[in-house]
Amino acid sequence: MSAREKLLAEAAKRILITDGAFGTEIQNWKLSEADYAGSLGLAKDQKGNNDILALSKPEVPEVITRAYLDAGSDIVSTNTFSANKISQADYGAEHLVREINLASAQIARRLADEYAAKDGRPRFVAGAIGPTNKTLSLSPDVNDPGYREIDWDFLVEVYREQGAALIEGGADFILIETVFDTLNAKAGVMAVRKLEADLGREVPIMMSMTLTDLSGRNLSGHTVEAFWCAVRHARPLTIGLNCSFGAAQLRPHVRTLSQIADTLIMVYPNAGLPNELGEYDEMPETTAGLVGEWAQHGQVNILGGCCGSTPAHIAAMAKAVAGLPPRALPVPNTVTRLAGLEPFVMAA
Amino acid sequence: MTDTATRPSGSSFVNVGERTNVTGSAAFKKLILAGDYTRAVEVARQQVENGAQIIDVNMDEGLLDAVEAMTTFLKLIAAEPDIARVPVMIDSSKFEVIEAGLKCVSGKPIVNSISMKEGEDAFLHHARLCMDYGAAVVVMAFDEKGQADTKARKVKICARAYKLLTGIGFPAEDIIFDPNVFAVATGIEEHDRYALDFIEAVREIKAACPHVHISGGLSNLSFSFRGNEIVRRAMHSVFLFHAIPAGMDMAIVNAGQLDIYDQIDPKLRDACEDVILNRTHAKEGEETATERLIALAESYKGKDVIAEKAAEEWRGWDVVRRLEHALVKGIDAYVVDDTEEARLLHARPIEVIEGPLMAGMNTVGDLFGSGKMFLPQVVKSARVMKKAVAHLIPFIEAAKEVGARPKGKIVMATVKGDVHDIGKNIVGVVLQCNGYEVIDLGVMVPWSKILEVAKTEDADIIGLSGLITPSLDEMVTVAEEMKRAAFKIPLLIGGATTSKVHTALRIDPAYDGPVIYVLDASRAVGVASQLLSDTQADPFIAATAADYQHVRDVRAGKEQSVLLNLADARANAFQPDMSDKAPPPEQPGLHSFPAWDLADLVDVFDWTPFFRAWELAGTFPAILDDEVVGESARSLYADAKAMLKRILDEKWLTAKGVAGFWPCHRNEDDVELYLPDEERHVRLPFLRQQIRKSRTRANFCLADFIDPAGDWIGGFAVGIHGIEPHLERFRADHDDYSDILLKALADRFAEAFAERLHQHVRTTLWAYAPGEQLTNEALVREQYRGIRPAPGYPACPDHSLKPILFDLLNATENAGITLTESQAMLPTAAVSGFYFAHPESQYFGVARIGRDQVEDYAARRGADLATTERWLRPNLD
Repeated sequence: MSAREKLLAEAAKRILITDGAFGTEIQNWKLSEADYAGSLGLAKDQKGNNDILALSKPEVPEVITRAYLDAGSDIVSTNTFSANKISQADYGAEHLVREINLASAQIARRLADEYAAKDGRPRFVAGAIGPTNKTLSLSPDVNDPGYREIDWDFLVEVYREQGAALIEGGADFILIETVFDTLNAKAGVMAVRKLEADLGREVPIMMSMTLTDLSGRNLSGHTVEAFWCAVRHARPLTIGLNCSFGAAQLRPHVRTLSQIADTLIMVYPNAGLPNELGEYDEMPETTAGLVGEWAQHGQVNILGGCCGSTPAHIAAMAKAVAGLPPRALPVPNTVTRLAGLEPFVMAA
Repeated sequence: MTDTATRPSGSSFVNVGERTNVTGSAAFKKLILAGDYTRAVEVARQQVENGAQIIDVNMDEGLLDAVEAMTTFLKLIAAEPDIARVPVMIDSSKFEVIEAGLKCVSGKPIVNSISMKEGEDAFLHHARLCMDYGAAVVVMAFDEKGQADTKARKVKICARAYKLLTGIGFPAEDIIFDPNVFAVATGIEEHDRYALDFIEAVREIKAACPHVHISGGLSNLSFSFRGNEIVRRAMHSVFLFHAIPAGMDMAIVNAGQLDIYDQIDPKLRDACEDVILNRTHAKEGEETATERLIALAESYKGKDVIAEKAAEEWRGWDVVRRLEHALVKGIDAYVVDDTEEARLLHARPIEVIEGPLMAGMNTVGDLFGSGKMFLPQVVKSARVMKKAVAHLIPFIEAAKEVGARPKGKIVMATVKGDVHDIGKNIVGVVLQCNGYEVIDLGVMVPWSKILEVAKTEDADIIGLSGLITPSLDEMVTVAEEMKRAAFKIPLLIGGATTSKVHTALRIDPAYDGPVIYVLDASRAVGVASQLLSDTQADPFIAATAADYQHVRDVRAGKEQSVLLNLADARANAFQPDMSDKAPPPEQPGLHSFPAWDLADLVDVFDWTPFFRAWELAGTFPAILDDEVVGESARSLYADAKAMLKRILDEKWLTAKGVAGFWPCHRNEDDVELYLPDEERHVRLPFLRQQIRKSRTRANFCLADFIDPAGDWIGGFAVGIHGIEPHLERFRADHDDYSDILLKALADRFAEAFAERLHQHVRTTLWAYAPGEQLTNEALVREQYRGIRPAPGYPACPDHSLKPILFDLLNATENAGITLTESQAMLPTAAVSGFYFAHPESQYFGVARIGRDQVEDYAARRGADLATTERWLRPNLD
């Protein structure tokens, strides 16, 4: 059975749980510059470069991944949100992109297999690809709306390099997450297609959008439905929302997506909205209660957490949805789904 | 629940805009060749505004670097949300241009086109790339041998392409075939069947290839009649009339240049039809269909030009007269050019405003003042004026000129907590038309802001507006604060709930300066001009003050109607026959409607209040034939209909609503609800009439309609969403007329939605009147069983019940409606209320109530006395 089929088989039985945030957990370690830098001998400061810990202090991502598996995660993601050439260039570590992704994927793979062997329940590894801090759709210069900092071909190559290392290290899927720019995500899809051609096999995509305003659009201006139209060609194994706001604010958008997408829905919101100090203080039971409502309404297949979430949040979610039936995939009418920033649907 | 997401949008025929195509539009080509991308982007914006559902972008021009032009243009329109909201069609005969375009377009575009011209391998390679980029494709009926001309070739090539594409997993619904529209009536006999072949091929392709679409470029069809627009348009319309039912569902066409089939001259229509359907074959000595059309076409040649010339005779007048004409008639098409011409004739740009423009507006003001012109026309005139002034301002600023001081500076605002501004905007426009400078602070403006701006701008007058009753109190607050800040300038009061009595009794005493109630927009200019006149101000202010004092004296001396004490009023409660009460709802619980069909709502529009909003008095439809305002009403009605069409076609608005039903019982003047799911009780306290009635009339309270032994009550909230981007657009375009028109229509949609939803409740959801058969007219006249009173209105005057109702309905989530601190609903076009189903339930006004009931109500409402008094002030002594 392929990883896609295996995940679909599990998801048909129950609501699955993915993991929570790395960032908040890493903060608890109160790591120093020396911890981050290790013996890599890089010229620039590494403090804050969470992804490089896979090389300089691998016990950190390992312990955190374990905590999530202990909390009940069926899927664990790699700690590689910024492990791409564009983001690593800020740390002078762009030449280590392959090593970081390889090591991160290996850690997640090893632990996933260890836990699966223990109880016979399959565990999956999602190779996480962040959006980078550059955008293909927007100009950073207000006086020159046609200007772009990067171009498509460059970004496709950046993603392909990262994706190849993640798959080589043992990731089951490529998770294109926190999509603030739909065109970046489409470049991600193209990168995976190229990777598939290189490998001669399917590499399933998980796709997750982030909203930047409460009306339900991402930074490039796409509504949730338009986003689905724009990425449906990826035949994603999961589509969903992450980060954005807390679960309370995501609710209407989860419902929208759940009604139209004929694939698994995966949602992992932040632990509420940050307080005045920028800290997330939503209690695990609160988050679990909110996402549990979606589960009760049959709107989700996979749940987890993003910024501010902890293993306690994941455990609370697992408890809240245990025994609830997963969302049944809708069988939509055949229609032509085009999109600008808004969807355009034609009967077909 | 309706699944709006999967319902196809709009009509099933899609117009693809063709104006951003260098091969189709000479004007666009000129802009691109000149590198004027700013104006090229405007062409795209206009297309979308004019209803293009998709925009075609083509840069295939020998003198252009097509890749560079395509990517530059696509990146620029990506930065314009008004344009980027619709899908793009990337149009090129070169795949490298298409691929470069695909790298710049987010969303899901259409590629136009790929074909088997260079064989299967190239075709499939291109198709795979389109799939990986996430694009739908137009496939030309073109193979290794050439373009398909006959029906058989069209069908065969498309079927082959379909098989190849679906074979590599290309989604069938993302395939759009273009079976080639060729020119007919060329005089070459082999061409006679081209149109008919296309139409017949469409039908067969649709049958052979499930889920595909059919598109085509129409301009080829009428190529023989270049320069004869009337014939070309007729041919296109006739062609579509037959091709659409056959299955053509998309066309690259200038939607504004299609005629309505039924309105084409029948002679011309028949001739076109004969040509397109290849109907009449020439017998010996007879004319062919082509010959007939060519002969007929002669008589249409230049006809449109003549007709236009007659209508545009005024264009030959001198520029001052043209400007006046444009202002009086509200024609904005040429105003920028004319203003520019006038500017060049004057030494200083300001003279254009002070001279011809003001002269034109004075004529408008005179006509309006003498009742020969009505508000809708005045607002249109104002639009023309604003565009002219907007054109001149950069020149005036560049010259650092200071213009003549306006007649006066007026700060206007809808007060805090209120969001209604149609009336205020109309007053603002009328004042501006008459030479006043209006600083409009918008809606929900706190007193501090009003005072601050009035001070820094050195305003001459402050104008306040409000529609809901809590705004009356807020106006008193503004007046008090003006007094505290030692203002002396006049304060104007207007808006639907305001009145001379309230102004005299509550606002006037709160402020030392003059306070003037303004009944409607037509009075505003007279009031302002008197207040700011050196000679008339004092007598006018004195007269008004005396008038208000008189109102107060009369009120003080007036024997007020006698109030019963609360116990006696309750003893005289209305007692309906509870054996007639409605059965429990068939479908209890909450029902949400995320996108009610707007077209359905138009059917039950109550137009009379629409005309009233424009200060045109009369009942619809009689008003259209009214001797005095008929012409104005007809013109307004036509504009409203045109905008309605765009609202529907382009989905400007969304009607969201929710209704719910809950078991309950009456407990004295309360209705107590029980929410079984949440195991919680909710109390709805209502108010009872206390004015002494004649023997036979009861002292009504809404609770009377509910059975103490157990009954049901309902609630609803509906709102019209999506208006803001359009209003923004109108504002940017200095177009108050469209702004007010759209707001007034949105209000009609909200009211119609409330009416329709109530009907759905009576016949289906609650279903206490399942067999109800009412005409739309009867619906508008509310000839049905049961009522839907709204919090804040006479039967239930306490606006603060709205949060309870909204909580019951979860209205913020289900209907997207929020409440301001004064309990005004946002979006502004919204209606909410309770449903009472008892056949004897009826509307009434609570009117004045006594102290005893206020105290009793405060306790029932769980609020302190001061707060309760504030909400009920209009009902207190």
